[in-house]
Amino acid sequence: MHNHYYQPEAETMPVENIKKLQEEKLKKQVRHVYDNVKYYRDLMDAKGVTPDDIRTLDDIKKLPFLTKDDLREAYPYGMLATDLKDCVRIQSTSGTTGKRVVAFYTQNDIDLWEDCCARAIVAVGGDENDVCQVCYGYGLFTGGPGLNGGSHKVGCLTLPMSSGNTERQIQFMMDLGATILCCTPSYAAYIGESLKERGYKPEDNKLKAGIFGAEPWTEEMRRDIEKSLGIKAYDIYGLTETSGPGVSFECEEQTGMHINEDHFYAEIIDPETGEVLPEGSKGELVFTALDKEAFPLLRYRTRDICVLKREKCSCGRTFIKMSKPMGRSDDMMIIRGVNVFPSQIEAVLLNNGYAPNYQIIVDRVNNTDTFDINVEMLPEDFSDTPKTITKKEKDLQNAMKTMLGINPAIHLVAPKTIARSEGKAVRVIDKRKSYDTK
Amino acid sequence: MAIKQLSIFVENREGTLVNVTDAIAKAKVDIRAMSVADTNDFGIFRLIVTDIDKAKAALEEANCFVSVTEVVGVAINDEPGGLAKVIKILADNNINIEYMYAFITVSGQFAYVVLRVADNEAAEKILVENGIKLVSEEDIENL
Repeated sequence: MHNHYYQPEAETMPVENIKKLQEEKLKKQVRHVYDNVKYYRDLMDAKGVTPDDIRTLDDIKKLPFLTKDDLREAYPYGMLATDLKDCVRIQSTSGTTGKRVVAFYTQNDIDLWEDCCARAIVAVGGDENDVCQVCYGYGLFTGGPGLNGGSHKVGCLTLPMSSGNTERQIQFMMDLGATILCCTPSYAAYIGESLKERGYKPEDNKLKAGIFGAEPWTEEMRRDIEKSLGIKAYDIYGLTETSGPGVSFECEEQTGMHINEDHFYAEIIDPETGEVLPEGSKGELVFTALDKEAFPLLRYRTRDICVLKREKCSCGRTFIKMSKPMGRSDDMMIIRGVNVFPSQIEAVLLNNGYAPNYQIIVDRVNNTDTFDINVEMLPEDFSDTPKTITKKEKDLQNAMKTMLGINPAIHLVAPKTIARSEGKAVRVIDKRKSYDTK
Repeated sequence: MAIKQLSIFVENREGTLVNVTDAIAKAKVDIRAMSVADTNDFGIFRLIVTDIDKAKAALEEANCFVSVTEVVGVAINDEPGGLAKVIKILADNNINIEYMYAFITVSGQFAYVVLRVADNEAAEKILVENGIKLVSEEDIENL
């Protein structure tokens, strides 16, 4: 048992106080956004809602939703609610100009975000005696910077490894006695396999816990990782739009992720109608950032399907818990921790002179996502040698990598061989079992 | 003078080649020479046939992806050093061979070889000047 908290006054706050705090913060935040974000003000005006209409938490229903499409419309500065001179950093998702999210942070935004990550580390038993190996990507991706900041705040010795180079990861892990591992669950599984291949037994490493997020994973995968690394594996959730990892995190109970309710207000809605559903219903998760200054999204639709439940937790935290995401209400895929939309792939094909006739095949082999795209070649690209085709494949792969941030395997196939749709085309074949659906 | 070659795109899957050979068989066209260029994902099946138009139509009918390329057919004396002589002529004249393959059938004195070069006319001219016999479409029909 490690019943301690990074910020106990917040994490164990009585529920009625949380609601009161959220209500106060919501009223202030709506005013801040209305006054500073023209884009959202226009949405509110169109709905005939003013900040004065938001008097209770329940009034949040009156506010318009924000979607990724809105962020595309408003790119890059349209959602910015402070002067640029008050911002100290951006983080970003992969994608086209349209689909790419660029989020701005004031120093205070960074502090609160890192606090959230610190809470997650303490919740898995972390303290200043720990060695925290962060192998999420560093840079524009929020994973590395978020957990790195959280680890600093807790006072762990931080190993800022970033992603990849498994050989080096293992060397540092074993030589420096890492006790907490932060990465994607599939990479954790891969490290587990790699340790085994090198003859290490689970008890040979000093790891005690792992904080794994940025992609969906199942309970089955959790058990596999726990066994292969000899650790407890915990989930963490977040998205660039709301700050990054740490919006919610698992405690030792491992029965869902506590949402940092002092900073975020969560709702579950019916993705079709937008109607707010009662607690315990399965639906789309919607977040309102209550404290964010620079990039404060109100009622942002995450497209993740999950369930919210407030139950007494043995860890003592009073924050509501969200289930692991059980699916998506859009066509986004998460491949090797990177968000990928079929529309991005379509855009690359069109930009490179191909017909938007393709098939994406995603699978997981040896704990690594495989990502293949079949594309119909142009008739003029085929003659009598393979080299024109292989060069075209390489060129298209580079264009995809630039757009998506990850490398798909491109297979040019003969024209008119990818099934034309009678009805809805099957563009994506995802063979992975990513979600627990109950 | 160049002869016409059929190139057929075949994915590395079971049955794709059956589809190709069946179509040619049904069209009652004879294969005179063939080679396969292969990669991990696909192969290119190259053929010299007795009736290219008929073969091409039959293949397209069978949903095969086909292209036609002109290649140089060379009749080489069927004796030791015959091929070496031709290769040397081309090398001496800086003509690079992309690929080559032999005919399945031979005609007495000659072995027929298909050469793929960047510039067919230049290669043909050099070879003829050096007394090498080229293979014509009629020669193939008469095999």
